[in-house]
Amino acid sequence: MAEKLLEVRNLTTGFLTEKGLVKATDRISLAIEKGKTLCLVGESGSGKSVTSMSIMRLIDYANGVILEGSINFKGEDLVKKKQEELRSIRGNKISMIFQDPMSALNPVFTVGEQIAESLRLHQNKSKDEAWKEAIELLRMVGIPSPEIRAKQYPNQLSGGMCQRVVIAIALASKPELLIADEPTTALDVTVQAQILDLLQDLKEKLGTSILLITHDMGVAAEMADHIAVMYAGAIVEQGTVEEIFSNPSHPYTVGLLQSIPGFEGERGGELYTIKGTIPALGNLPQGCRFNPRCPHVMDKCRQVEPGDIQVGDEHYAKCWLFEENGKAAVAGKGDNIHG
Amino acid sequence: MSDMNAATAPNVQPAEPMAPENAPLPPSKKPPGPWKLVWQKFSHNPYAMTGLVVLLIFVLVAIFAKQVAPFDPAKVDMMNSNLKPGSGKHLLGTDELGRDIFSRLVYSSRISLMVGFSVAIIAVFLGSLIGAISGYFGGWVDTIFMRLIDVMISLPGLFINILVMAIFGTKMIYLILILALTSWTGVARLVRGQFLQLREMQYVEAARATGVSSWGIIFRHLLRNASFPIIVNATLMVGGAILSESGLSYLGLGIQMPQTSWGIMLSNSQEFMLINPMLAVYPGLCILIVVLAVNFIGDGIRDALDPRQKKSRRRLAKWRKNFSKSGI
Amino acid sequence: MAKNLVEVNNVKKYFPIHKGLLNRVVGNVKAVDDVSLTIREGETFGLVGESGCGKSTLGRVILRLQSATEGSVKINGRDVHALSNRELNKMREEMQIIFQDPFGSLNPRFLVKDVIGEPLKIHTKMSAKEIDARVVELMEMVGLDPTRRNRYPHEFSGGQRQRIGIARAIALKPKFIVADEAVSALDVSVQSQVINLLMKLQKEMGLTFLFIAHGLNVVRHISDRVGVMYLGKMVEVGETESLYAEPLHPYTAALLSAIPKPSPTKKRSRIVLQGDVPSPANPPSGCRFHTRCPFAQEKCSQVEPKLQEVKPGREVACHFPIGVEGGSDMSKLNR
Repeated sequence: MAEKLLEVRNLTTGFLTEKGLVKATDRISLAIEKGKTLCLVGESGSGKSVTSMSIMRLIDYANGVILEGSINFKGEDLVKKKQEELRSIRGNKISMIFQDPMSALNPVFTVGEQIAESLRLHQNKSKDEAWKEAIELLRMVGIPSPEIRAKQYPNQLSGGMCQRVVIAIALASKPELLIADEPTTALDVTVQAQILDLLQDLKEKLGTSILLITHDMGVAAEMADHIAVMYAGAIVEQGTVEEIFSNPSHPYTVGLLQSIPGFEGERGGELYTIKGTIPALGNLPQGCRFNPRCPHVMDKCRQVEPGDIQVGDEHYAKCWLFEENGKAAVAGKGDNIHG
Repeated sequence: MSDMNAATAPNVQPAEPMAPENAPLPPSKKPPGPWKLVWQKFSHNPYAMTGLVVLLIFVLVAIFAKQVAPFDPAKVDMMNSNLKPGSGKHLLGTDELGRDIFSRLVYSSRISLMVGFSVAIIAVFLGSLIGAISGYFGGWVDTIFMRLIDVMISLPGLFINILVMAIFGTKMIYLILILALTSWTGVARLVRGQFLQLREMQYVEAARATGVSSWGIIFRHLLRNASFPIIVNATLMVGGAILSESGLSYLGLGIQMPQTSWGIMLSNSQEFMLINPMLAVYPGLCILIVVLAVNFIGDGIRDALDPRQKKSRRRLAKWRKNFSKSGI
Repeated sequence: MAKNLVEVNNVKKYFPIHKGLLNRVVGNVKAVDDVSLTIREGETFGLVGESGCGKSTLGRVILRLQSATEGSVKINGRDVHALSNRELNKMREEMQIIFQDPFGSLNPRFLVKDVIGEPLKIHTKMSAKEIDARVVELMEMVGLDPTRRNRYPHEFSGGQRQRIGIARAIALKPKFIVADEAVSALDVSVQSQVINLLMKLQKEMGLTFLFIAHGLNVVRHISDRVGVMYLGKMVEVGETESLYAEPLHPYTAALLSAIPKPSPTKKRSRIVLQGDVPSPANPPSGCRFHTRCPFAQEKCSQVEPKLQEVKPGREVACHFPIGVEGGSDMSKLNR
């Protein structure tokens, strides 16, 4: 197994709301290997963005607190670091790309200035050097005639172009980990295809690891080496991309894949649906969090929350259905909190 | 850990029913509406609540002035002029003509509050109407109204006031009208701004697609959504109108004798400032208290409407402290 | 064959660009430029394209939520753009719209029963009691709990709000509904529920849909016929299955190949389009797609292709359609 760049263990994050503390993520464990892509897949409110914010420790600025767990990045636990120490890691060794490229750029600076500033901040380059490298970066992310584009303001560029600029800024510090939170959701499909190709190219060229957060199973299938499926704050299934798509195991993953209308075969029939709605994070059911919506629910599911059960090579699901297949593992400590 | 257990328990949202059940329908109960939620927040604001209580007291006093005031406010009694506070039955003493100061203050509150509230109501009504029409329809309607407002603002209000008083005489109704006519512009601009924003909302298009007329959209859909800032503005305007009335009366352009207002009392007091400075302090204090109370109420409403509460931040800090004690 | 319920003839919608002190019109954003289409009674017509292609504007022009610059729209035999305001408001009973944004499309200060009941209040003479009964009925039809009708929209989830919007749209039993990205903002699992609901309602009420979306797989599932728009022009119209299986226009082919499919084993041969969509204020000459088309030839930049039938049930606006004799050949692409 390849070297792990980032290893998250039992990460539990809470938010203070008007009615008290709500856990947004519940004992998340995941790992990203060097030069690989992990896709965090889930629907809105599943806690996937909170997970990425926790890894960057940006959650501290959003009324959130890490309650439990560790975030091991290159042998250092980010949870134990102070914000001042994190600043040198953030935007340097770990960079982030957001969903909306327009609002991620400052409208009063040219795109070249913004990239150059990032270079000077993290690498102490001179003004000229930084500008030259900014143009090189723009060329690398596939912007035509970068010398001209560098002198333009964000509003003079299209959404796809802006996302390329944001990626260029993120790459300026030669990060080892790139966190991309729905980087193509705001873009059109043909532009999305360009950006996904770009990310894939860069990963191969620079050996950057990517944590890609998406709600789109198609994007995940295309980009990921590993996939983690999130539901209501927990990772319910994770494994290699081939395993997840050829042998989806958790009933939620299965339901999710089946509800997507396909491009081939029969159309117009009734689509598969997962009954009910996602529970509110402050009001999770007892036992397995998916049990009220699960077609295979058993008595045990309503009482005890399952832990990770191995269902294949590097493939785990939190589901009692596979108890006999793998080693039964009851969820870790702190279960009584749900009582 | 025990802290955490307690904090985890409350729910964010009630669980949603999975599917409609075919059980007989109980009559659906109304949940707390937005007004009730605002009241809940408002009532926890000590400044706003104090302001409200104070204002209520003043309003009650004004309404029951006859019962509250021990003397006729206009009754001249030269034998007992310039009495000290607490002399005889005169709670706050008497003025240079021997009139009971307390009684005069009580009757003055009638005029001051009447002017304040009437001006605010008329100005808000007029301003909302013009602002709404201007903002919703846009185009040349908007241009005309906005230029009109520009003109209104550049006219010297004091000059107009003198002019009107000179032509029509100094009746309270004219005072109210002239103050309202010179102060609706702010509300109109505010409402227009709101409407410019709100008319782009998709529910407006949805209403249009349903066949709702323009007036239906303005009055049923949009005014309801703009009502919060309008109300905040109206409260603040009450204070402004009371001050304007005082100012004008002080200059002798407002209410005339024998009617009395805090402004007139202030105005009269200036000649006797050295003999009895308290003559100026009492009405000044009344104006200060009422305007402050009204502003506190306005601020209270605004804060109650603001989703970003300061309170939760305070609670967060407290909770963080408890949290660090629990050892994580 | 069913009769045509909606006939759109040569509709143009230009938005003037004003500039300078005198507010002179210096140009036009040609959001919809000479588009014609017909929708048969009871069918679902899917309209796809990328943002800025004019599909939403076309939907609004069809319902006369925006006026057309040129052209006519006939719904059920009546020219919508020739009606007086009063007649138009009356006609809105027959044509409705479902919006994309489940948050913005419901007035936050209206109770749910007022949202759903509003069309009834305007167009019928029902008493408050009758309206309430109908609201309950409608909420049951769309799968909402009617006991929650006295609540505000913000108390509902995104999917449930979209159901409220649907209930409002069907309240008057319309014939024709424009669904403008009606499921695009929803999560996958909620999306499938809403799609099923729309299809169920179509069957029960005999509705005709114009289904505008950028999610191509959803459009394939729900539509009988599909139209593809690019920069204000209709570039291809056809029966769903054959259009998806054998796209004729290079843009359709690129669009279809650009979508990531949820199966990692099928690495698709993708046509990656270069560059961005040009500005609709200043569209390219000739065929509007020629600046990005991998098959573009000289003729494409000079002569504008007309939408014409090249195969039974398949229309395309391209000089060299794919898979037609003398047309473009997919296998000659490098990628």
